Amino acid sequence: MINKTFSFLFVISLVFIFFIFYKGLNKSSLYEPKNEIKNIPKFSALTFFEKKKINSENFFEQNEYYLINIWASWCLPCREEHPLLLRLRDNDKLKLIGLNYKDNFESAKKFLNKLGNPYEKILLDEDGTKAIEWGAFGVPETFLIYQNKIVLKFIGPLNEKSFDKIEKIIK
Amino acid sequence: MKILKFFLIIIIVFYFTPSNANDYELENKITKNLRCLVCQGQSVYDSDSEFAISLKLVVSNKIKEGLSEDQIYNFLIEKYGDWILYDPQFNKYTYLLWFLPLLIFLFGGTIIFKKLIRLK
Amino acid sequence: MLSSLIGYYALILGLTISFPIFFFSIRNFKNREILDNKIINFTFIQLFLVIVSFIGLIFSFIYSDFSNETVFNNSHTTKPLFYKITGTWGNHEGSLLLWLLVLTLFIFIFLIKSKNLLKEYRILTLLFQQIIIIGFFVFLIKSSNPFNYISPAPKEGLGLNPILQDPALAIHPPILYLGYVGSSIIFSSVLSATSLNYISKTWATHIKKWVLVSWIFLTLGILLGSIWAYYELGWGGFWFWDPVENVSLMPWLALTTLLHCVLILEKRSLLSSWVIILSITTFTLSMCGTFLVRSGILNSVHTFANDPERGLFILIFLFILILISLVIFFTFHKTNRDSLVSFSLLSKETSILINNWFMMYFLSVVLIGTVYPIFLDVISSEQISVGPPFYHKLIIPFLIPFLIFMAIGPQLKWMKSGLHSKFYLLILFALSILISFLILKIFNAILLINTILVGSAFYLFFVTIRDFIFKRNKNFSQNLSHFGFSLLILSILFNNIFSTEIITNLKVGEKFDNDKVQITFTNLKKFEEKNYVSFKGYFLIKERKLEDNLEPELRVYNQPNIITSEADIKTSMLSDKFITMNTVQNEEYFNIRYQVKPFMVWIWISVLLISLGGALSLLRGKSV
Repeated sequence: MINKTFSFLFVISLVFIFFIFYKGLNKSSLYEPKNEIKNIPKFSALTFFEKKKINSENFFEQNEYYLINIWASWCLPCREEHPLLLRLRDNDKLKLIGLNYKDNFESAKKFLNKLGNPYEKILLDEDGTKAIEWGAFGVPETFLIYQNKIVLKFIGPLNEKSFDKIEKIIK
Repeated sequence: MKILKFFLIIIIVFYFTPSNANDYELENKITKNLRCLVCQGQSVYDSDSEFAISLKLVVSNKIKEGLSEDQIYNFLIEKYGDWILYDPQFNKYTYLLWFLPLLIFLFGGTIIFKKLIRLK
Repeated sequence: MLSSLIGYYALILGLTISFPIFFFSIRNFKNREILDNKIINFTFIQLFLVIVSFIGLIFSFIYSDFSNETVFNNSHTTKPLFYKITGTWGNHEGSLLLWLLVLTLFIFIFLIKSKNLLKEYRILTLLFQQIIIIGFFVFLIKSSNPFNYISPAPKEGLGLNPILQDPALAIHPPILYLGYVGSSIIFSSVLSATSLNYISKTWATHIKKWVLVSWIFLTLGILLGSIWAYYELGWGGFWFWDPVENVSLMPWLALTTLLHCVLILEKRSLLSSWVIILSITTFTLSMCGTFLVRSGILNSVHTFANDPERGLFILIFLFILILISLVIFFTFHKTNRDSLVSFSLLSKETSILINNWFMMYFLSVVLIGTVYPIFLDVISSEQISVGPPFYHKLIIPFLIPFLIFMAIGPQLKWMKSGLHSKFYLLILFALSILISFLILKIFNAILLINTILVGSAFYLFFVTIRDFIFKRNKNFSQNLSHFGFSLLILSILFNNIFSTEIITNLKVGEKFDNDKVQITFTNLKKFEEKNYVSFKGYFLIKERKLEDNLEPELRVYNQPNIITSEADIKTSMLSDKFITMNTVQNEEYFNIRYQVKPFMVWIWISVLLISLGGALSLLRGKSV
C-alpha cells in the first residue's frame, strides 16, 4: 500500500519536473531587466558642448515627452539606429536627449558632424555611472519619458517597430 | 574532557571580534556578489566588461557616500531586478530555495534516527 | 570527404548491430547455460564500428574537410594539429560521439570482465546498456549528426573558441565522460541485478570496481576542468559554482555516497534498496547534466550552442530511463532482507549512514541551487541568480560535523561498538582547534566559524596521519583519500582566507607601489603566432626582497576574432603568483590584476591524492 502511494507520488512529481524542464527549454536563458514603469533617477551631469552642470530635478518639464538615448561613437549598433533618431527629431512633440557613454570627446564630435546631430541636448557620462542610474547595462538603450516617469524602454538599437511604438504613444 | 574544556576556555577568553573590513574589502565583497549583465555567468568582480567596470565604480562611490551593503543591494535591485544578486534574498519566491535543503537534511536525519532507535 | 562518409556509414551500421545483439541475447537468455560467444562478438563489432566512426571524424578534422558541417563550425586550417584533433570532441556532435564510444567500450569490457557471474545477469545488463546505446545512436543520427554534409564545401572553417584551445581542456571531456559513462554501467547492472534478485555480496564486490573506476575518472575530470578554469578564464578562481560545474559535481557526490554504501552492502548485506536508488540517481544526474548543459536551458559562463530540439530529445530519453528504472525497482525489489541484521549504535555502519546523510544534503543543496531558478522562472516568471554565497552559506556550516564524523568514522568497527578507550581522538581534537586558532591569530584572520572549520579540517588531517603511522597497511587507500580530502579542505580554506590581490591601471614604464609589493610594467611586445597575435606584458614584481618576472598575455585570435587574456602564474609550493592584464577602453593603459594565492598547488595535489586512494583500492582489489 505504502509502495503504491509512494510510486504514485513519484510519477506525479516526475511529470511535474518534466513539464517544467519542457517549458524551460523554450525560454531564453539570457536575462534582460524587465520593463517596469519607474520614476526617472536622480542624477547630475555635465552637458556635452557647454560643460554646464545639470540636475535631473529641474531638467525635465512635466508635460513634455523626452527620449533619452544612451550612445557612443565606438558602438556599432548606435550607427544602425542613427537614421531613426534623425527621423524622430523631426517630431516636435518629442525632445531627444543624448547620453554620451564612455566616449572620447573628439571622436564623439566627429560622429555627430558626419552623421548629423539628432539631439536637443547631450549629457556626458564619462565613466558609465549615469547609465547605471538609469538601469542600463549597454549601449544603445533608449527611454521614453513623460511626467518624470519612464514610459517605454528599449534595450539595444531602435528599429521600425519601436519607432512606431514611440510615435503611437506621443499622439 | 577536561583538556577539551580547558582549550575551549582559552579560546573563548582570547576571542575578539574582528575589526571592520575596510572600504576596499567591502567593495570586493559586494562586487563578488553581483552578477554581470553583459557576460552573464561572471560576477561583476570577475568581469572586465564596460558595464562591470562602471558598476564597480558606482559601488565604490556609494560606499564613499556612506551607504551600507544592504542599501547598495537594494539600489541595484531596484534598477536591475533580483537577478543581479548572487545571494538570493529571503522573500516569498525564495523560501523554498533556502529551506528545502534544510528540510531534506532534517528528513534524512529522522529516517536515520528511527533506524538507529529500532536497533536498540 | 571520404573519412566523413566512412564515419557516417559506420555509425548507421553500428546502430543496426543492436538488432543481432538483442536477438541473440534474448535467445541465449532462456536456452543455454553459458553466454553465447556471438553476443560478445557482436558487441565487439559495434564497438569497432563506433571507433571507426570516431576516427573518421578525427581525420575529417585533421584534413580540415569543411564539407563536413561539424568541422566547418569548429575548426580552421591555421589551428595547430593538436587542437584540430582535440577539437573533435570539443563540440556538441563530437562529444556525443565520444559518449557513445565510451558506452560501447565499457559494455564490452564489462562482458569480458564478468565471466564468473550469472549468465542471465550479464545478458540483462547488456540489454539495458543497449537501450542507452540505441538512444544515443538515434540522437546522434537524428539531431546531432557529426557528419552533416555542406555543399559546396566552404574554403575556410569558423574556428574553435580560443579559450577551449588548451591542453587541460583537451583531455578534460574524455576523462569526465569515462566517469559519466561508467555510471551507465552501474545503472544497467543495478537494474538487471534487481530484476533477477541478484543484489548480493558477490554483486557488491563486482560492482564496486565499476563504482571506483567511474569515481576516479569523474574526480580527475572535475580536477582538470577546475585547473583549466583557474588559468584560462583568468580570474584566479578555480570553482565558481557555475551551473555547468555543479552539474559535474552532483554525480560525483552521488557516486561518492554510493561508494561508501556499496561497502556496507559488500561487508554486511545491508541497505540494498539504498544502493539501488543511489545507482539510479547517479546515472540520472549524469544524464541530467548532459541535458542541462546541451540544451542551453542554463545560463552559464561556458557557452555551448543552444538547441531546444536536442534538449527535448535528451529530456524524453532521460524520463523514459527513469520510468523504466522505477518500474523495475517497485515491482522486483524485495526489502525484507535488511531488517534481519542489526548493528550497534557506535559502529561503522552508523558512521557510513551519517556520511550518506550529509552527502545527500550537500547533493540536495547543489541540485536545488542549480535548478531552482529554472523552476521559479517557469512558474512565476521571477528571475533570480543562485551563486557562490548561497552554496557557501548552506554548505560550510555542515562541513564541520561532516569532517569530524569523517575522522571518527573509520576508527569504529563493523557491527559492534568500538569507541571506548580512544582518548587520543579527544586530544587530537583539542590540539587541532588550538593550532587552527594560533595560525589564524598570527595572521589576524580570526573568526569563530573559521577557527572551528580549520580546526575540524586539521582534526581529520591529524587523525589520518596518525593512522598512516600506527595502522600502516590497514585501509591504506581509504585513509589516503580521507587524508587528501582534509588537505583539500585545508588548502581551500587557507587559499580563501589568505589570498591578497591588487587591481590597478598601468601603462608601460609605470610602477605601482604599496608597503608590501612593487609592480613595474617594464615592457610590452608584440608577437605574431600561427593563429593569433600576442601582446606580451613584462612585469617585475618585488615582494619582501624577492623579485619575480611575470609575463601575462593578450591574444587576439584571427578565427574567430576573439581577444583572450592569458594569465601568467608562478607556482611554488607555498603560493601562486597570478597576474593578468586587460585592455581599458581608452588609451594606452592596461588593467592589471595581481593576486597571491597561497597553497594553490596543494588543492590540485590533494585531489590527486583522493583519486590515488581510489586507484590503489582498485588495484589491490581488497577493501576500500
